[in-house]
Amino acid sequence: MTLLAVQGLAKGFGGLRVIEDLSFEVERGTVHSIIGPNGAGKTTLLNLMTGIYVPEAGRIRLDGHDVTGQPPYRWAAAGLGRTFQNLQVFFNMSALENVMTGRHLREGCALLPALLRLPSLVRAEARCRATAVELMQRVGLEAWIDARADAMPYGALKRLEIARALAGEPQVLLLDEPAAGLNATEAREIDALIRRLATEGTTVVLVEHNMRLVMEVSDRVLVLDRGRKLAEGRPDAVATDARVIEAYLGAETEPLPEAADA
Amino acid sequence: MRAAAIVSEPGVVTGWRRLATPRGGGLMLLAVVLAVLPALLPNAFFFDVAILVALNAIVCVGLNLLIGYAGQISLGHAGFYALGAYGSAVLAAQHGWPAWLSMPVAVVAVGLLALLVGRPTLRLKGHYLAMATLGLGVIVSIVLTNEDAITGGPDGMAVPPLVLFGRAVQGEAVWYGIVAAALWLTVWLALNLIASPVGRALRALHGSEVAAGTAGIDSARYKLQVFVISAVIAAAAGALTAHYAGFVTPAKASFLHSVEFVIMVVFGGMASVWGAVIGAAALTLLPQFLTVFEDYETMVFGAVLIATMIFFPRGIVPTLARILGGDRR
Repeated sequence: MTLLAVQGLAKGFGGLRVIEDLSFEVERGTVHSIIGPNGAGKTTLLNLMTGIYVPEAGRIRLDGHDVTGQPPYRWAAAGLGRTFQNLQVFFNMSALENVMTGRHLREGCALLPALLRLPSLVRAEARCRATAVELMQRVGLEAWIDARADAMPYGALKRLEIARALAGEPQVLLLDEPAAGLNATEAREIDALIRRLATEGTTVVLVEHNMRLVMEVSDRVLVLDRGRKLAEGRPDAVATDARVIEAYLGAETEPLPEAADA
Repeated sequence: MRAAAIVSEPGVVTGWRRLATPRGGGLMLLAVVLAVLPALLPNAFFFDVAILVALNAIVCVGLNLLIGYAGQISLGHAGFYALGAYGSAVLAAQHGWPAWLSMPVAVVAVGLLALLVGRPTLRLKGHYLAMATLGLGVIVSIVLTNEDAITGGPDGMAVPPLVLFGRAVQGEAVWYGIVAAALWLTVWLALNLIASPVGRALRALHGSEVAAGTAGIDSARYKLQVFVISAVIAAAAGALTAHYAGFVTPAKASFLHSVEFVIMVVFGGMASVWGAVIGAAALTLLPQFLTVFEDYETMVFGAVLIATMIFFPRGIVPTLARILGGDRR
């Protein structure tokens, strides 16, 4: 069943066409990876898919709702969560509060109970806290629960963003280069985490440079090149696609995964 | 600090470090200080200073919600403060309203004005928001000065006293009680707000507006909410000031007065309710001590500000909390 449908999407900055007539669909419960050389338009596409940019043309449907042109918080309400390539952590909060903030849409946000700290709110806060602690344990951050976010190492912050996104119980989770900047061990942990999410049924859209990771976890791979769809399909089919190899390496014949690992 | 350790929640810091945390024994400590203080004040002059401290602290706690927590600057809050004062003064003096009615009506009216003005203004960010709020304060100041038929112009106007249960509320000691209770209430409300999902939303849009949106937080809504709350608190303090002092002047709305509030917030520590109280107290009291320097008073005041910002870069309370609490909060 189609959860996310992108149709005829286009976006440019000044004279530069960054995304051109792009269409694809993401099935519920799958891991859908978006890859492409630098400048292919991956991050622009993610920003279009979360409401941060408004497309010039095209539609995006999430779970049957047309969310095109809506502000990001509406997309979140429609069931979309994401992480950021360049961290967007709330550094003015503790790690746990970051995750609790991720539950914003699941908590009552009326002003009066908050100002008067009504018993119902105190109970809801305790539940929210417990859920957030659970999530932090789930992504392997149990050592950082009480930590200030600005005292945490990079690898932990990457996972903190994932925990925060999961806290909103999204239908689809967009991960923007979750393994970028991580060492091999940390990358493997992220790798395992994504696979676990996939087996638990979370729909994941993954933008990633690490080809080994993409090939291992993806159900489908979309290859972008200069804002257009170059290829789409199962990972093994895409990896051996001549056009894909050419886009990455020029006219080489070496298989893609090894090349990208080097 | 024994009181601070009583309330303990999982995932929340304990002991000395609680000094800079929202909830805890601080409220109890504040109640004790406010209750004991009158016994230590020798005469009406000291009561007057204490009342001034409390009124400034009320404004700063509200303003800190906007500046320190939500990260939105306002250089026009003296305007809301003065409108609260003049609103209640005009209703009471010229329309014969009892002060117990004119005060809340003026405060609500200022809240509505903030709602109206905040909607377009809060779309701006950073320096532009500073400019817009500054302009708002200046407009209020000019109107209060020029509409002399209503406001008495630059000379100000007399304000009828607050009458409760058939008796005029008079005397510094009684007013101290009212203002102290108002301060405690404001701190309680502010702490509650910060420790709620609404408070997290405010801090989130300060930390990263993009991430806040992705978490489902409608930043425009929360910015407006906190702007109105801080304006209402400033107006309430203004209305209390008017009926306590029995006189208001347009100087209450001056740009300088707005800046003073902001300096108090930054001095005490942004994003710390206690910091706002400490900042307001310190900077209201400091000039009283500096009178010994006579002509050099302002210079020494400036030097104290500079030194504080060098040695307490996050403001007094957060910096102290960080030193006492070690590296992890």
